[in-house]
Amino acid sequence: MIKKLLGAFALALTCSAALASEGGVKLDAAPYRINNMASLQNGAKLFVNYCLSCHSANSMRYNRLTDIGLTEDEIKKNLLFTADKVGSLMTIAMRKEDSKKWFGATPPDLSVIARAKSTNFGPSGVDYIYTFLRSFYRDTNKKTGWDNAVFPSVAMPNVLWQLQGPRTYNHVTIAETEKPDGKTVWTRTSTDFDVNGFSQSKSEELQNYHGHAVNHSTFKPVDAAQTAEYDNNVADLSNFLGWMSEPAQLLRKKIGFWVLLFLGLFLVVAWRLNAAFWKDVK
Amino acid sequence: MAGEKTVETTGLLGWIDKRFPLTTLFKEHMSEYYAPKNFNFWYFFGSLALLVLVIQIVTGIFLVMNYKPDGNLAFGSVEFIMREVPWGWLIRYMHSTGASMFFVVVYLHMLRGLFYGSYRKPRELVWIFGMAIFLCLMGEAFMGYLLPWGQMSYWGAQVIVNLFSAIPFIGPELSLWIRGDYVVSDATLNRFFAFHVIAIPLILIGLVVAHIIALHEVGSNNPDGVEIKAGPKDANGHPVDGIPFHPYYSVHDIMGVAGFLIVFAAIVFFGPEMGGYFLEYNNFIPADSLKTPPHIAPVWYFTPFYSMLRAITADFTWVLAACSILGAIALFIKGNLKGAWRIIVPVILILVAIFMRTLDAKFWGVVAMGGSVVILFFLPWLDHSPVRSIRYRPTWHKFLYAIFIVVFLILGFLGTQPPNPTFNLMSQIGTLIYFGFFLLMPVWSRLGTFKPVPDRITFHAH
Repeated sequence: MIKKLLGAFALALTCSAALASEGGVKLDAAPYRINNMASLQNGAKLFVNYCLSCHSANSMRYNRLTDIGLTEDEIKKNLLFTADKVGSLMTIAMRKEDSKKWFGATPPDLSVIARAKSTNFGPSGVDYIYTFLRSFYRDTNKKTGWDNAVFPSVAMPNVLWQLQGPRTYNHVTIAETEKPDGKTVWTRTSTDFDVNGFSQSKSEELQNYHGHAVNHSTFKPVDAAQTAEYDNNVADLSNFLGWMSEPAQLLRKKIGFWVLLFLGLFLVVAWRLNAAFWKDVK
Repeated sequence: MAGEKTVETTGLLGWIDKRFPLTTLFKEHMSEYYAPKNFNFWYFFGSLALLVLVIQIVTGIFLVMNYKPDGNLAFGSVEFIMREVPWGWLIRYMHSTGASMFFVVVYLHMLRGLFYGSYRKPRELVWIFGMAIFLCLMGEAFMGYLLPWGQMSYWGAQVIVNLFSAIPFIGPELSLWIRGDYVVSDATLNRFFAFHVIAIPLILIGLVVAHIIALHEVGSNNPDGVEIKAGPKDANGHPVDGIPFHPYYSVHDIMGVAGFLIVFAAIVFFGPEMGGYFLEYNNFIPADSLKTPPHIAPVWYFTPFYSMLRAITADFTWVLAACSILGAIALFIKGNLKGAWRIIVPVILILVAIFMRTLDAKFWGVVAMGGSVVILFFLPWLDHSPVRSIRYRPTWHKFLYAIFIVVFLILGFLGTQPPNPTFNLMSQIGTLIYFGFFLLMPVWSRLGTFKPVPDRITFHAH
């Protein structure tokens, strides 16, 4: 009984971590760069240039970017496109009703998106964004001409496609399907999308398959060097979104060290004080 | 001047003591409150609960200065606190961590009571006041959780308030009355804010005072469950096995506070989300009444009770009906109820069994969830063990307690997960064990070979 319960417990834990994205794709771990100011600044530049016209960051002020090593002059000169004051919030002109009409969904505010997309004791929201932005593929069947392996049928097109360069995409799934006669069979489906988004799909029934469901994506860049550079940029952008979701986080950890050090000393004092009083209690 | 009191103190303190019993109060509750000297680790959690209450009230005051209880502004105002208010992030994290740590501390405090029989005569009221505090705390946490106005805030409140609609006849009207609207809305947010900030904290503080007054009236229990007042006394009439709370336990508790604050600060500064359990990730998405999240679960401290709610399915009511009929038969044949009660209680149980199959299972789910908390109130009368402390109980009693704790934790885990057939079965078994533990306590708590209880507490000098 106990063994069974423990088994179920372990299963549940692994399940919750594996089902990390809507598309069932395993998320890549984003490079850890939260203390890297150059990366955060590059991310801020990409964010303001590419994201901040459809997406807002209503809780974020431009001059908060001084926390990642930029001066107010630099912010004014290089990053202030849609607002005129460096103390303004990162709002956008597009109205929610319009974007809903145009795209079918209002692009979410990105102030805390990296926190919202995190999984309990699993991949962080930064990992999610890092994987999401690298999982677009051309699909001629979609309205925008794009689809995403992490977020199927997402309303957002691949805004960064010029940076990324052309890629082909192969998607393999092995799933259990029910036939009209009620029997279930495992079917392997492999779909290839070429650089222009035209797809070819082939399905086969698998006899004697005893494995799990599979959902596997492979992207092949035409220009590997360009895609590697793109990945690097996306890592910076995701890193920035992670920082923006909680700008106090660097300060928080810095202070935390000293607080714990103090409390450690306080514990020693409290322990000796206690011992001094209690030595008389027989 | 006529009628002036004579006091021992002089100066300012003397001036006050003539007008207000400051020294007397201090002596009664601190320097001359004699507590058993054999308190162990488990006795830290009472004072720690008080510490967390103070943290919550003080941080809460500063949060209210900047928070906006308005459906359009609430979510943004929390982010405003996190970013623009000086040290706002620290205050908010202390409050959110404090909420979870309050339950950690209180659960451990209650478990201590369970281990050492601290609710047994004459401490029933201490326990009942404590349970009332726990109930208030649940209300306080539930209403406070709506305030950040994220998706989990919103849908969690929606689900829990909807539970009331399962009550026959008055249910739908009742849930409408609680919400003040047909769905959770700005009206709900405003009233929950009022309750969270004023009403419940007032009651909570009153109950804490009553809890402590009742405790100091009867005196503290201890890990041996032996009355120190029954033991030998010194020349001044104070129990030899007791020591003044101040300074001995005040310095002892300061040590506990230091240890606790290390854990608390580690969470606040290095993992305020606690992996998504203290601050749920979905709650960083603003509340949207048109978009139901795929998986709604309450915060971790409610999940054991939530599991029991979900466990009651239509099929499972067969099992529960069978259990109440068995209970009715057992009570009729073997129970030592007096006079008419011997008939009335079994008849009620049989009626319960009938209603179990005729009323909606959802209603019984709500009853199970409420009952799982309410049953704790009756603990002083359910426990018939001849000894108070677990130390002198039969070894198999300890196993029962261990099973109970494990089941409670498993129920808690299951409550955080989306339902599936295996998990549902597990939570049904867990629910039976949880209720069986308490309802059968009058029987099992007297069985077995108890160890001899010493006349005086066991204490080894440090």
